[in-house]
Amino acid sequence: MSETIKNFLYLNRRAPYGTIYAWEALEVVLIGAAFDQDVSLAFVDDGVYQLTKDHETAGIGMKNFSPTFAALGDYEVKKIFIEQESLEERGLTLDDLQHLVWEDEDEDYAEKDSIKLVSRAEMAAIMDASDVVFSF
Amino acid sequence: MSTLHTVNKSPFEKNSLDACLNYAGGANLLLMEDGVYAALKGTRFEQRVKTALDSVKVFVLGPDLKARGFSEERVIDGISVVDYAGFVDLAAENVKVQAWL
Repeated sequence: MSETIKNFLYLNRRAPYGTIYAWEALEVVLIGAAFDQDVSLAFVDDGVYQLTKDHETAGIGMKNFSPTFAALGDYEVKKIFIEQESLEERGLTLDDLQHLVWEDEDEDYAEKDSIKLVSRAEMAAIMDASDVVFSF
Repeated sequence: MSTLHTVNKSPFEKNSLDACLNYAGGANLLLMEDGVYAALKGTRFEQRVKTALDSVKVFVLGPDLKARGFSEERVIDGISVVDYAGFVDLAAENVKVQAWL
């Protein structure tokens, strides 16, 4: 289609399961990944709760979409920004979150971290640098 | 006989918990759905919730904690974890249920 490539930022601010925003955002990311744009994901405020480990959802009758986050690397989505201040307000550290990786085919498929921990100020700069921001 | 208050939103997203606590003294409170985040140790709401325990009996819905990846050890001491059967019992034991959305 078009040769233009834009920086897309998907901004996630809500907790998983209580509302549909988290799941819908992920679906949009996967659909958008098919269009070869430059995609970044940001998790701030309650959005950081989407990435906690050990989700067991059978008891609430909802689909656990943690495996979908783990598969993002395969969809070439490898820029995932987590805001430090949001973690601290919630008593969380990176250890509480899933370890997301992508495989760099230019370096013999070496596994690299997709998650980058950033400050609120750095997050503001990331938002500013994006051509398009999708808010969820 | 008392009221069962329920809060289903995260304290970071809405002020429903804060509003509820203004009225729930002497009654029971169930944290459910995204409301369970208020039951966790280490958040900026921990002290507010601990203070409320002096006058409100607080429960948290276990399946919603588990879905979000949190074990019972991460719940503030003094908050009781219940399952759906426990939720039903609470609803039956109390005079009415007042939901804070």
